[in-house]
Amino acid sequence: MRALNIKLLRNLWTLKGQGIAIAVVIATGVAMFVMSFTALDALRLSQQSVYQSQRFSEVFANLKRAPESLAERLRAVPGVATLETRVQAPVKLQVPGFDQPVTGLAQSIPDGRQPQLNQLYLRAGQLPEANRNDQVLLSEAFAEAHELQPGDRLSVVINGRYQALWISGIALSPEYIYQIRPGDLFPDFSRYAILWMNRDALESAFDMDGAFNNVALTLYTGASEQMVIDRVDQLLEPWGGLGAYGREDQLSHRFIEQELEQVAAMAVFLPLIFIGVSAFLLNVVAARLIRTQREQIAVLKAFGYDGVAVAGHYLMLVLVIVLFGSVLGVFLGTWLASGLAGMYQEFFRFPWLEFRLKPSVALTAIAIAGGATAIGTLTSVYRAFRLPPAEAMRPEPPTHFRRTLIERLGIRGLSQPTRIILRNLERQPIKAGLSILGISLAVGMMMLTGFQKGSIDYMMDVQFRLAQKQDMTVTFIEPTQRGALHELRALPGVRYVEGFRSASAILQYGHRTYRGGLQGFSDPRSLVQVLDEQLQPIAIPDEGVLLTDHLARMLGIGVGDTLQVKVQEGRQPELAIPVAGLVTEFIGVGAYLRRETLARLLGEGDTVSGAFLAVEPEQVAEVNRRLEAMPRVAGVSQRETMIRAFDDMMSDSMLVFTFFSVFMAGSIAFAVVYNNARIAFAERSRELATLRVLGFTRPEIAFILLGELMLLTLLAMPLGFLLGAGLCHLLTVGMQTDLYRVPLVLTADTYASAALVVLVATLLSALMMGRALAKLDMVSALKSAE
Amino acid sequence: MVTPSSPRERVFHTRALTRVFRLGEVEIHALRGVDMELYAGEFVVLLGASGSGKSTLLNILGGLDSGTEGEVWYKDIDLSRASERVLTDFRRHHVGFVFQFYNLIPSLTARENVAIVTDIAREPMDPSDALALVGLEQRLDHFPAQLSGGEQQRVAIARAIAKKPDVLLCDEPTGALDSKTGIKVLEVLRRINRELGTTTAVITHNAVIADMAERMIRLSDGRVSEVTNNAHPVDPDQLHW
Repeated sequence: MRALNIKLLRNLWTLKGQGIAIAVVIATGVAMFVMSFTALDALRLSQQSVYQSQRFSEVFANLKRAPESLAERLRAVPGVATLETRVQAPVKLQVPGFDQPVTGLAQSIPDGRQPQLNQLYLRAGQLPEANRNDQVLLSEAFAEAHELQPGDRLSVVINGRYQALWISGIALSPEYIYQIRPGDLFPDFSRYAILWMNRDALESAFDMDGAFNNVALTLYTGASEQMVIDRVDQLLEPWGGLGAYGREDQLSHRFIEQELEQVAAMAVFLPLIFIGVSAFLLNVVAARLIRTQREQIAVLKAFGYDGVAVAGHYLMLVLVIVLFGSVLGVFLGTWLASGLAGMYQEFFRFPWLEFRLKPSVALTAIAIAGGATAIGTLTSVYRAFRLPPAEAMRPEPPTHFRRTLIERLGIRGLSQPTRIILRNLERQPIKAGLSILGISLAVGMMMLTGFQKGSIDYMMDVQFRLAQKQDMTVTFIEPTQRGALHELRALPGVRYVEGFRSASAILQYGHRTYRGGLQGFSDPRSLVQVLDEQLQPIAIPDEGVLLTDHLARMLGIGVGDTLQVKVQEGRQPELAIPVAGLVTEFIGVGAYLRRETLARLLGEGDTVSGAFLAVEPEQVAEVNRRLEAMPRVAGVSQRETMIRAFDDMMSDSMLVFTFFSVFMAGSIAFAVVYNNARIAFAERSRELATLRVLGFTRPEIAFILLGELMLLTLLAMPLGFLLGAGLCHLLTVGMQTDLYRVPLVLTADTYASAALVVLVATLLSALMMGRALAKLDMVSALKSAE
Repeated sequence: MVTPSSPRERVFHTRALTRVFRLGEVEIHALRGVDMELYAGEFVVLLGASGSGKSTLLNILGGLDSGTEGEVWYKDIDLSRASERVLTDFRRHHVGFVFQFYNLIPSLTARENVAIVTDIAREPMDPSDALALVGLEQRLDHFPAQLSGGEQQRVAIARAIAKKPDVLLCDEPTGALDSKTGIKVLEVLRRINRELGTTTAVITHNAVIADMAERMIRLSDGRVSEVTNNAHPVDPDQLHW
């Protein structure tokens, strides 16, 4: 082995502490990068793979009822590749041992066969037999929530009629990867089910003999989706068509896309910050590491090694560390990615998950980490190498010190050790600055991962304490005369009832559209409020509509502009309503009018489509049971259930991410502080040993070394808080969707826990340095010149 | 002048002191059984070639190192059995060190370099008085990088004496200096010894310096090979090398 290589191994061994700290920074940066991009890739890939092999349709349409004979004319629409008519029916279910209302959607499949489009993936059991009308396939999420299995019985109310059905199998569909009740924001697997039945059975149960009320189709490559939608709408119009729509408005698809967008925002933003910080630290640390090798570089040069050989030698030194950290990071990242993707599968019911580690992802991460390290190394090697060997072999020229700014300002009575600390810091402001920047980045990253809980709590508080104070929300099967509210008011335990009218609609401004609805609220209200920017309740004006600020941004519309509205029910009027104001909402988006105004615009009387209820807490279950028995009630949602569903979704998807990020930010903080301490120790060991000789105790010299560290850490705190607040702001902006917008709320907790983790990291490094101080060799410090 | 034959207080004495360094599988016997004494107020030169064990002896006397076997006494303190705490205290209050490479703290001025010791001493001199004693009253606020080597060594001497130590241990104090500057430093040491009565031990490989000492102890190969009393020590300015 060449002598230089032996030196390499020895150096690595001597530097193992620092080397491991650097490798940890690389590993965390690379792992975060690999985890995020690989998890995102897995979700995207799984989506494509499932859509393709299960033949997910491209256009969907709902209608009231049309004869099957219309299907031929629909198939003849130019651009349509495959078209399937279906029957869909809202159902209520009773699950033994579960006393809460469960609703669902029953959808037809060809008798005893897989549909041509939106094919089902059977997880267990089999399709209903062709001639059986009492067999049903159940969606996996619902089956799991109730531990139902093929062969179990299920009571289902279809069209007001009770039916006892047998579960023939458990299935997954590309249409319901995100299984959510229309109108809900969060999935509730135990209270909403998807069922598949033989067409024949569902037709007779839903009085749809020889008819259909739903269409799914795929397009030929190159066909215009909009032209097909327009033509389908024309054909369905006489039959109560509710407007055909493409995938981007399909509920499950839309949620997946939004979530993927959000994951993408996180997946790009956080890892870039992590790997950026890692790269920065590596650059700094590598540069310092090489500076301590200055004399050795000079000796090598004196022996006649050329620049390339020396640079190569030190590059090898750091690249061994980079490689070690990177490989660790790639493995860790891949492992975490599969965990993260698996966690997503809780919510996104992909029948299977495609998972791969893209070499480009791993290589990019390694290139960023390695590149930054190499640059730091090479600049330092170059600086050392530029000097004539004789000069470089001497230690760096005696450093010139001066009184610090604090002293020049006239502050007296500083102890000599304090002076040493202050002057050392002030003499190398760039170095001290970089250390402070490194530590403050760690503080910032901690805040980035820690602020989300506070923000989500705040979001929930605004939503459920200020805006939506109702205990229950009831929706009717169809708009009903306002008098129906008396019936609700009469239920024992109901304290207050507030009717509302909602109508699904396409909102449009210019070329931008949003498929949502109009909400008509009565005024004055006490249960449901819309809030202004200061979160104060505001009154809904007599004329015009109030839009959620985020919806207004999405449509590019402002106050005073006119919103075009295509109502998707009843006589489907097209309306033009001026925007009267904006409201602040963190969860969901809406367009709010007075109920009277909406009724007038829809051309109907005093109708309600549902009601908000205030209910005595102990009566909630009973009220629920009674509501469920009312034939006109389509669904009931409870505040507690919604809060829990939201919590579940948020905590699950964020907790793992947060936990891992805290670990990484903590280890980065530790690596920065520890490396600082190591290098400071190397630079000061002679001075510290001299002081020991002069009779200073170990704690007294520890003060000089660790005081500097603590001071740097304390100086880094305010900067870190600022950086953290900025990063948090960027993240909230990146994560905005119409599903929810995490507000930027930085609580004292957020700051305190970020500070705490970094302080703990500092203390840990201080403890490790304490051990090094105990071994300080006094005699050797006296032998050599400075 | 006190003659060596008169009874004097014994400050240090060692009995059969050995020091073995183990470097892997190799044993280096730096001291092979040293018996010696230092008396109060005397100026002694410990002379020896490089590798003779003189620095090891001085380090052990100063509480920086411990012998492998044998005894080391400072007055009635048994340094060979003293704890880390006792040794630190011993260095802090009783010993002044002067090193070949000065070992000043670069970030502190001359005055502050002295103050760093007087801050923790029991009845120290004022730092500026100590610096005046070594002739640096004009350079109080200069940083080490602004001082010549001789000046830096004089700061180191001021730092060593400012605590009014019982003994001054100097390891090659002129080793890094040219002869002219070296002689100035020796003059300062001599004056301190005379004026303050501080027991002074100077280690050197330079036999010329022994002429200014009252006693010369020669070490060779880890043993005391010669002890010479010098009835007529010369002044440092008479020395030439």
